[in-house]
Amino acid sequence: MAPKDRKPHVSRNPDLIRGVGKYSRSKMYHKRGLWAIKAKNGGTFPKHEKKAAEAAPAEKPPKFYPADDVKKPLVNKRKARPTKLRASITPGTVLIILAGRFKGKRVVFLKQLTSGLLLVTGPFKINGVPLRRVNQSYVIATSTKVDISGVNVEKFDDKYFGKKVEKKKKKGEGEFFEAEKEEKNTLPQDKKDDQKTVDAALIASIEAVPDLKSYLGARFSLKAGMKPHELVF
Amino acid sequence: MPFKRYVEIGRIALVNYGKDYGKLVVIVDVIDQNRALVDAPDMVRGQMNFKRLTLTDIKIDIKRVPNKKTLVAALEAADVKNKWESSSWGRKLIVQKKRASLNDFDRFKIMLAKIKKAGVVRQELAKLKKETTG
Repeated sequence: MAPKDRKPHVSRNPDLIRGVGKYSRSKMYHKRGLWAIKAKNGGTFPKHEKKAAEAAPAEKPPKFYPADDVKKPLVNKRKARPTKLRASITPGTVLIILAGRFKGKRVVFLKQLTSGLLLVTGPFKINGVPLRRVNQSYVIATSTKVDISGVNVEKFDDKYFGKKVEKKKKKGEGEFFEAEKEEKNTLPQDKKDDQKTVDAALIASIEAVPDLKSYLGARFSLKAGMKPHELVF
Repeated sequence: MPFKRYVEIGRIALVNYGKDYGKLVVIVDVIDQNRALVDAPDMVRGQMNFKRLTLTDIKIDIKRVPNKKTLVAALEAADVKNKWESSSWGRKLIVQKKRASLNDFDRFKIMLAKIKKAGVVRQELAKLKKETTG
């Protein structure tokens, strides 16, 4: 009877109502067979010897006692988790971005990052939206899905999108400052290449569906007579 | 202007309020001035106020309060479903339902189709105009 093979045991004492069992203590004693265990063991319950308690290492008295009693903060066992993803958002879903410079754009969802933000791409060639992070709250999920199996998004995480830390140059004003400003505006070539590789596979699966390319290229807007609470996305 | 649609046993009505909104039901008996006993193949036979019903043109031949089996057979025999779906009222309701269930992508495709159709119509019109003036 290895412990792993045991099934979780159902209670032998069914509830009449919550808090009240069908059988009394004495009946349960009989049902569980405690009398048989006692009899087998010669009148008492089998005991095992307590492990000899190891001598605790001698504690030094503390060097410093605070003047007032300090309150201990309560135990907090909550773990940080990425935001719960809506069931309607799965990899390959077409999302409508509602705020920011790309508002109204229809965009393909790739994956959720550990910060909770959604990794999303236009694709860039179709509607000008690059690989970007977007908050779930500013997005409408449509029921249109794109096949995303050919795309590898393993390498993208929040660090990829973080701001680059610049080394401060305190010395040299004037000329130095102007040179730095010019460098900031261009995107590094490797990011452009990442965009191309992700989009290549995506565009292939998008072009397989008729009209999907022009759909993703168009912006969403509410027209006359459209009631958002009645629309099915 | 006399009435054409009467409350009678066998009259098909459309439910316009309540849990069974949008269903076609058969008036199977009249309870009193305000209520009818109403039945349909997919619901339990029950009473309904006339205010919740809109009468249709369709009528089937049944006796007062038939059992479910006879009712379903009578509906099949009169081909109520097809008559309803081919009537202009029935077709309108079907179109409304379809429009309400459209996806965002579907709406986009319909927009493209409308523009295409309008383009074709305009071309033909231009041709015809040219013929009459030229």
